[in-house]
Amino acid sequence: MKIDFTLNGEQREIDVTPMSRLLDVLRCDFELTGSKEGCGEGECGACTVFVDGKAVNSCLIPVAQMQGREVRTVESLASNEMLSDVQQALIKFGGTQCGICTPGIAMMASAALEAEPNASRARMRELMAGNLCRCTGYQLIIDAVISAAEARRRHG
Amino acid sequence: MLRLQPFELVQPESIGEVLQLLSTHAEHVRIISGGTDLVPNLKLGSIKGDVLVSLQRVDELKNLKEADTQLVIGAGVSLHTIATSKLVQGTVPVLADAVGKIASPQIRNMGTLGGNLCLDTRCRYINQSEFIRSSFGGCLKSDGDRCHVVPGGSLCVAALSSDSVPVLIALGADVDIIGPEGERTIPVEELYTKDGVAHIALSSDEVVVRARVPIPAAQTRITYRKWAVRKSIDFPLVSVAVRIDHIKGSPDILEDGRVVVGVLGPQPKILRLSSLQGQPINEEMAHKVAGIVSRRCTPLANVPYSEDYRKLRLAVEVKRAIRSLFI
Repeated sequence: MKIDFTLNGEQREIDVTPMSRLLDVLRCDFELTGSKEGCGEGECGACTVFVDGKAVNSCLIPVAQMQGREVRTVESLASNEMLSDVQQALIKFGGTQCGICTPGIAMMASAALEAEPNASRARMRELMAGNLCRCTGYQLIIDAVISAAEARRRHG
Repeated sequence: MLRLQPFELVQPESIGEVLQLLSTHAEHVRIISGGTDLVPNLKLGSIKGDVLVSLQRVDELKNLKEADTQLVIGAGVSLHTIATSKLVQGTVPVLADAVGKIASPQIRNMGTLGGNLCLDTRCRYINQSEFIRSSFGGCLKSDGDRCHVVPGGSLCVAALSSDSVPVLIALGADVDIIGPEGERTIPVEELYTKDGVAHIALSSDEVVVRARVPIPAAQTRITYRKWAVRKSIDFPLVSVAVRIDHIKGSPDILEDGRVVVGVLGPQPKILRLSSLQGQPINEEMAHKVAGIVSRRCTPLANVPYSEDYRKLRLAVEVKRAIRSLFI
């Protein structure tokens, strides 16, 4: 079946089998391999993308449901070859090690900063609770996100 | 890696079309909304569906409003909306709290109230790949004829792991169901049967359309406690909602109350506290209620962690719940 949807700001049309998952189509058909498959059942958050502005697990979405929707992936965070503030903070603080969870973390952190720019450290941990990281122990990830939040407040 | 088996997905835009599709496809049809419970189960093959009827475009299921003394929540309202809505937080805060404890932020963005009400039952013998299930010959719920949790048992005891259901029952909520014959309303507790294989008491051509949640009166206090291994992205292994109604004008004397315990089997267990009417709401009552719950509830080996531990833990959670309701 043919579906069309907005992908990272561009209108795209693609022929899919209805049972393909959004994650498969992003990675295999559009070659947007930033989104990762960790667990494949919604537990790890490595496949996090935005659908109509909301962070969701793309491994759980039959792609047919994306007809007419607006999808954004981690590839859209950087603009003009410049990483976003969240991505830069993750690098600066060492909030990334093996890197598998990092795209999901960067997406969820971006969503969390949009939704609650003044979140406390404890609240930020809750907002990020759908993303597993087996390397960092989370401390440096949260440090990075909190620092990005502070920088946004400083620069308005 | 497990792959999804082929299926057809249809996306109706009205309840009428949904009902028509459900009756046309009858046997092999499944309803999908957020898909957060269904898709993993389809991958495991513990659920089979050739045709998925998606509710995502049915806007009439997405209303959330206050009507008289009720909160009316459409089955398609997302769990995130319920957990963060000022209306829900202001009128039935315990529901916002319990729903906010479901899974993860991403899953709450996707999952819906209808999906959480109709969550499939869980068991360590079912939530496995087909390969592992075949190694012990399947079970009552998956291609077999025996129960491994209760040897000799004839009814599946897989557990209902919804975080919203115990709270909705404690609140005395109803659900509206629509089918070919029209709409009917039943108390939430009547939505569940004793059989974990077919634990939702609906026929295949019926759909839950909304929940009607009474806004608690001033003398009603309710809390929900969930224990899981992780603080996030986990189903409860022990869950309990406790409701205490005090006598008008005497906030420390019990008029009535109930305890609703989840994750025991396919049906939540409801324990009424009318025998404690007139007694003071204090530490002694917390111990008495924990005693009643311990005597009447038997955790099984259907979900992880030992039954003995979960039984002790349940009593502890009941005590903590009641203490949190002291004024």
